[in-house]
This record gives sequence, structure tokens and C-alpha cells, in this order.
Amino acid sequence: MELKLSNKNLRITVFALLAVALAFFIASQIYRPALAQNPTPTDDEVNRIAHQLYCPVCENTPLDVCPTEACRQWRDLIRQQLSQGWTEDQIKQYFISQYGVRVVGEPPATGLNWLVYVLPPLVILAGAFVLFRAFRAWTKSSKASAAAESEIEAPKDEYVARLEEELKKRK
Amino acid sequence: MLAEIGYGILVVAFFVALYSVGAAIYGERKKSPAIVESARRAMLLLWPLITLSAACLIYLLVTNHFEVSFVYEVTSRSMPTYLKITAWWGGQAGSLVFWSWLMSAFASLVTLRKWDRDREFLPWVIVVTSITTAFFVGLAVFYENPFAFMWFDKAGQVVKAMIQPIGTTPVPLPADGNGLNPLLRHPGMIIHPPMLYLGFVSFVIPYAFAMAALITGRTDDRWIRITRRWTLVAWLFLSAGLVLGSRWAYDVLGWGGFWGWDPVEIAALMPWLTGTAFLHSVMIQEKRGMLKHWNMILIILTYALVIFGTFLTRSGVLSSVHAFAQSAIGPAFFAFIGVTFITSIALVIYRWPELRGETEMKSMLSREALFLLNNLLFMSVLVVCFWGVIFPLISELVTGQKITVGPPFYLRATGPLFAGLMLLMGIAPLSAWGHSTFKTLGRALWKSAVVALVITVVLFFTYTQNAIALTGFFLIAFVLLVTLVEFWRATLARMKTQNENFFVALWTLVGRNRRRYGGYVIHVSMMLMAIGILGINVFQVDTQQSLSHGQSIKLGDYTLTFNDLKQFPNMVNGQEERYVNRAEISLSENGKFLTVLYPRYDVYPDGQPMTIPGLYSTLKGDVYVILVNWESSSANLAPFKVFINPLINWLWIGSILFIFGILIAAWPEREAELVTARTRRVHQTSAAD
Repeated sequence: MELKLSNKNLRITVFALLAVALAFFIASQIYRPALAQNPTPTDDEVNRIAHQLYCPVCENTPLDVCPTEACRQWRDLIRQQLSQGWTEDQIKQYFISQYGVRVVGEPPATGLNWLVYVLPPLVILAGAFVLFRAFRAWTKSSKASAAAESEIEAPKDEYVARLEEELKKRK
Repeated sequence: MLAEIGYGILVVAFFVALYSVGAAIYGERKKSPAIVESARRAMLLLWPLITLSAACLIYLLVTNHFEVSFVYEVTSRSMPTYLKITAWWGGQAGSLVFWSWLMSAFASLVTLRKWDRDREFLPWVIVVTSITTAFFVGLAVFYENPFAFMWFDKAGQVVKAMIQPIGTTPVPLPADGNGLNPLLRHPGMIIHPPMLYLGFVSFVIPYAFAMAALITGRTDDRWIRITRRWTLVAWLFLSAGLVLGSRWAYDVLGWGGFWGWDPVEIAALMPWLTGTAFLHSVMIQEKRGMLKHWNMILIILTYALVIFGTFLTRSGVLSSVHAFAQSAIGPAFFAFIGVTFITSIALVIYRWPELRGETEMKSMLSREALFLLNNLLFMSVLVVCFWGVIFPLISELVTGQKITVGPPFYLRATGPLFAGLMLLMGIAPLSAWGHSTFKTLGRALWKSAVVALVITVVLFFTYTQNAIALTGFFLIAFVLLVTLVEFWRATLARMKTQNENFFVALWTLVGRNRRRYGGYVIHVSMMLMAIGILGINVFQVDTQQSLSHGQSIKLGDYTLTFNDLKQFPNMVNGQEERYVNRAEISLSENGKFLTVLYPRYDVYPDGQPMTIPGLYSTLKGDVYVILVNWESSSANLAPFKVFINPLINWLWIGSILFIFGILIAAWPEREAELVTARTRRVHQTSAAD
């Protein structure tokens, strides 16, 4: 495999792509929706918090869209808490303490829940490792067999040699 | 009477399926074509039998036979007839029969092909398809019987059975049924389960041939070539099912989005992920004779995930938006998946030496290496999805604590993976089978990359500074450019050498290379879909306000004015089918009047609501307004939620093009073309395709 970066355009493109990738990675770590603080709790304010919570009784339903009467009452509760000056974190903590961690979309990394975050990257890295190892084995054995072939090879046909020359020139 | 007949036919079908399995195995062992033929005929008998049984069920549904529990659960007098028919798959018991009906149909279709060269596969294909059909029919016969009647036991609980259990009394004939879940009465929802089931069922066919190949020892790529079109068609149906489900979510679930990373959505996505990986990976086996082990594992995984997906949706183990009543079906599914998976893997291990590859991978940038990377990324997305769905169940089992794994987890984990896949979509078409270098690849794609970068910079100054969006747009532009340039260059070459005009050249080009250019059309369509996905995920804005008569909401450049609210019952067949709350909203943009929108909040007799948005759709995006509830609504004051979903319609446009692309790729070729294509099997070290 050749890695010569003799082509200047190639180098620029690669660096540009790497810069874009880096920017993307950084952005994905720091990008969070901005939170506007509002003294009077509008529907939007309530929803912004409710959107981050999940209905404590229905499965996998965000609190801001759940149509049940219970959820309406919970949204009213959030409105009440906001008007009393509670912060977003306080409200979320209240719901967690009342109804358990199922009300948030990302379980806190305590106890068994730690596995949620750790296992996928581990498995993916393991898969990548397996792939890499298999690849190394393939290319090593193919290089070995190619070397063996070239040793065994009878004197090349003159025309084949010339053809190869021509093709190399055209590349 | 009809219920008993319908059930009896189903029982007969179950035993016929078992016979088919037994006869196929016996006939193959005894080398008796006559017995195998008997098995085949038994298998062919299944579809007519299940059709008869289904016909009984549909008749009962349409004629309001509420003494049958399934009819009671999913129909009501006020439903229009066409909906009563579609209620067949509107509940668990009926949908099991529907699954079996489709499976037996496809199994029968497979026998229509010419088997001359592949006679040895036939018994085992029959075995696999008949076992699967027997399983689903068996579930209906033993666990979730759609023909069962309802009985009261001594505690007053309802028990479902065909024959009156001891100590029970019959439930008096209900005056009316429960009615179909109103969410299921939308056109997108009517067609979504059939599409998904078609996708699930058709993936059983390549799996059956894979098992046949393992058992008979014919581990060359014959089984792949036979099932190539089946795989494409299966993938088509599964993709269509996913898109339709998304459109349905957008249209009636009223939360302004199309994909919520709900466990049941993910259950249908998982076989799609392995299916897509499989589609690409088999090309490596066909072209280079490699990855035979991996292709076997992929199709086994796809089959397992298909059954698992049905299990997740049907068994109530998740209790999500889709769940129907919990039942004893769960352990049966679990056992079936376990047994088939372990047996299949055992077969792969048994044939491991015979699955050795014919050539070796030489270059890390060759197309086969990039396809492998593609597979790794798809598998990684699968791992994230699988774990996110399973973990809450494990947590509940082990700690008793329920947890929710929601969209932020999935988006953060799969986002970079999908970005990687998009990058590959731009690079892989330019790499060669066997060998590619950094230099050759770089030379091929640097122009597209630079133009894509320029476009991104332009977007930075004119549209957005959001890093995720810009990265996404860069990748989309890159892939679009690379793919369209491929079309362009090849068409141009044809125009010069064959003296054809542009359209003839393009047509012939695509016609001669259907798989390649169909694939390119699919890639282009995915990029259009990505535009829509990016638009709604990054740029969606929303607001909620209560409006009094004549008041307006301003969002972005749009103004929405509340004109009126009409509230009235909707009558069907003399019954109130639902109570309608329909608001009238005027929409204008920058002061210019656009249109009137009618968001609706419908309430069904059982209390179930349905939120239907008023939708204004353009290429630029959607204005999406819903009436949030009705209890506090009147013509004087009503709460509204308005979304602006930028670029969302590119998602739907892309999905239509996607179907088109698959049709191109799957379109049958004449036999002569196939022969020349096969003799071009690559054993060279470097050749562009």
C-alpha cells in the first residue's frame, strides 16, 4: 500500500477533510440546545423541560407530547414549578426522585447502567480489532504468496513485459 | 360456525406444514424424489389453506361477529368496511395469520423457479420455509387464536378459547366492538404492516438457501446468485415499510417528527441494517470469492433479527406505542429464535473449512476492503441499536428498575457512524476491486471533495454555522458529486464511442449495468433523504401558545392566525365514529397570505385521540401545526403547537427515488447478459469494474 503524499492537491484535500472531521467531532461533543431563561413560564418553556423528560407511566413517550390526562397534569406541575423559580435541573431532579430514572432519556451512569455506555464502544472496537487483524493476516499471506510466485515464475514473455511498460507509462 | 371452520383449517395447515418438513428431510435422506415432491406439494398446499382460514376471519370481521374475541377487539360497527378488512393485521392474533399467509405465499413463489441446476437445495428450502410457516401458524393455533370466543371464568375474568373451558360461562354477545386503534386507521398505517411483513418474510428466502447451501455442502456462491433478486426485493419492502412508518408517525402521531427511536421502530431497523450490510457484502463474494463465512453469519443474523423484530412488536415485552396485550407468546418466540440461531451457527461452524475464500485481500483501499469497513459501520450501528433496546429489559430483569434509553443516546452514538458510512459512499464507488492506492483514489475524488468543500463554505456564509449541519452537508454534497460524476463520465464516454445522444447513452448505460447504476441511484436517493433528516433534526423550531379568536402565532417568517374551531361528531353507518375538533388557521409568510390549514384533534369512542396536523409543504420545508388538545378548546380559545421543519420533504422525495433505484437494480436481465457477466469473474489484481 502506497502512502506517498507527493501530490500537493491530495495533501490539501486530506488536511481539509481532517479539519472538517475534527470540527465535526468537537461540535458533536459541545453542541447542546441553548436554554432561554424566561420569568413567566410560557408553553414553550414548559415544553423545553418536558421534552427532556419521559412519561413515568407510558413507555418511551416524551412528556411534552404525551396526550394523557396524567401527563397534562405533570406539565402543569412543571409550569407551577417554573413560576416558583425552580431551575431546570431542580425540576428534573424532582421527577427523578418521584418516579425513578425512567423519566430521563439517558440513564445516569451508576451501577448497572454504566454498561449502557461502555458496552457498545467496546464491542465496536473489538470488531474493528478483529477486522484489522484479519486484514493484516490477509495482506501478509498474499504478499508472501506473491513473493513466492515471482520467484517461481518462468522468464517473462517479452511481449508481456513490454505491455506492462506501456501500461505503467499511461498511468 | 365459520370461526370453528377457520380454526380447523388453521390446525390442518399446521400439521401439513409439519408433514412438509418431515417429508422433505426423509425424502432427502432416502434420496427419494417422490417423497421430496410430496413435501413440496404439501408446502404448496399451505397458502390455499391459510387463505381459506383468513377468508373466514375477514368475513367474521366484516360482518360484526363480536362473539369472536379478535373481532370484538379490533372492529366496531362504526368502522367503514375497508378498515374492517385491514383490521385483519390490526391486532396480534390476526397479524400472526397474516404473517403466515405471506410466508406461505413467498415459499410457494420460490418453487416456481427452475430448479434443474439446484435440485439438492429444494428439500432444505422447503424445510426452512415450512418450519417458519409452521411456527407462526402454531402460534396462532396454540397461543393467540384469532377465532377464539370469550368466556367468563369464576373470578369474572375473560378467558379466550375455542371450546368452552370447564367452569366458565359464555360472555354475552357484545353489542359493539372496541374498534381498531384510531392510530391504525390512517392510509400510511394500513399499508405499513404489510410492507414490513413482506420485507421480513422475503428475507427468509435467502436464509433458506443459505441453510440449504450449508447442509448440502454447496458453499460456492450459487445460493447468493439465486437469491440476489429476492434479497433486493426483501430490502425494498423493508425499506418501504420503514419509510411508510415514518410518514405515518409524521402524519398522525402529532409530535412533529418522523422517527422517535422507539424500540419498535428500532426492531424493524435492525434487520434492515444487517440486510444492507449483506447486500454489499455478497458483492464481494460474487466478485472475489471472499467473505463466505461472514455472508453466512450476516444472513443468519438477518433472519434472527426478523423473528426478533416480530417478537419485539408482538410479545408486548416492550409496552411501547405498538404493543398489544401481553401473552404467553414471548417464551415461544424466544425459544424459536434461540433454537434456529444456534442451529444455524452450528452449521456454519460445521462447514467452516469449506467456506474458505478463493482470493485474498491485497489492498486496504480496494473496494472489498471499503465494503468490509461499510459492514463494520453497519454492525456498529446495529450493536448500538440492539443494546439500547435490550438493556432496559435487562436492567428491569436484574435490578427491577425501569430505565429509558432515548433519542439522545442513539443520535450521539450513531451520528458519527452514519457520517462514516456517507464518507464511504463517496469513496468506495471510485475504488477498484482488488487494488487501489491512496494516489489513485485521491486523484479520482479530489475534485468532488473540493467542490463539496466550496459548497459547504457557501452554506456557512449563507445558511448556517452549525458544525453538525455543515459536516452533514459536506458529506451529502461529496457523495452526490462523486455519484453524479460517475454517471456523467460514463455517459459521456458512451456518447463518444457509440455515437449516441445523451439520453440514449444514459439509458443503455444504466440498462447494461443495472446493479451498479441502480445502486448509484439508491445512494443519490439516500443523500436526498439525508438532506431532509439533517434539516429537521438540526433546524426544527417550534412554539406552543394558546390563541384566542383572531390571535396569531409568529414563528420564523410565518404568521398563523386562529380563525375558527368547529366541533362535531363524524357519523359512519349511523354511529359516531369519532368526535372531530377542527381548527381553521390562516398561514402567511412575510405578510403574504399562503393558505388555510385545518389541524384536527379527533377523539374516538374509547377515548383514544388522534392529532392530525395542518401541513403546508414546500421544498424549503413544512409548516406543521397541531391542535394540542380539545378539552380546553373552543372557538374562542385553543392551544396550538407550530413546527417549522426545514427541508423535510427531501426525505420523502428521496424515498420515492430510492424505490425507483431498487427497481433499476433488481430489474431482470436477459440470460445472455448474465453469462457474459459471470465469465468476467475477477481474478486479476487491478481492474476498475
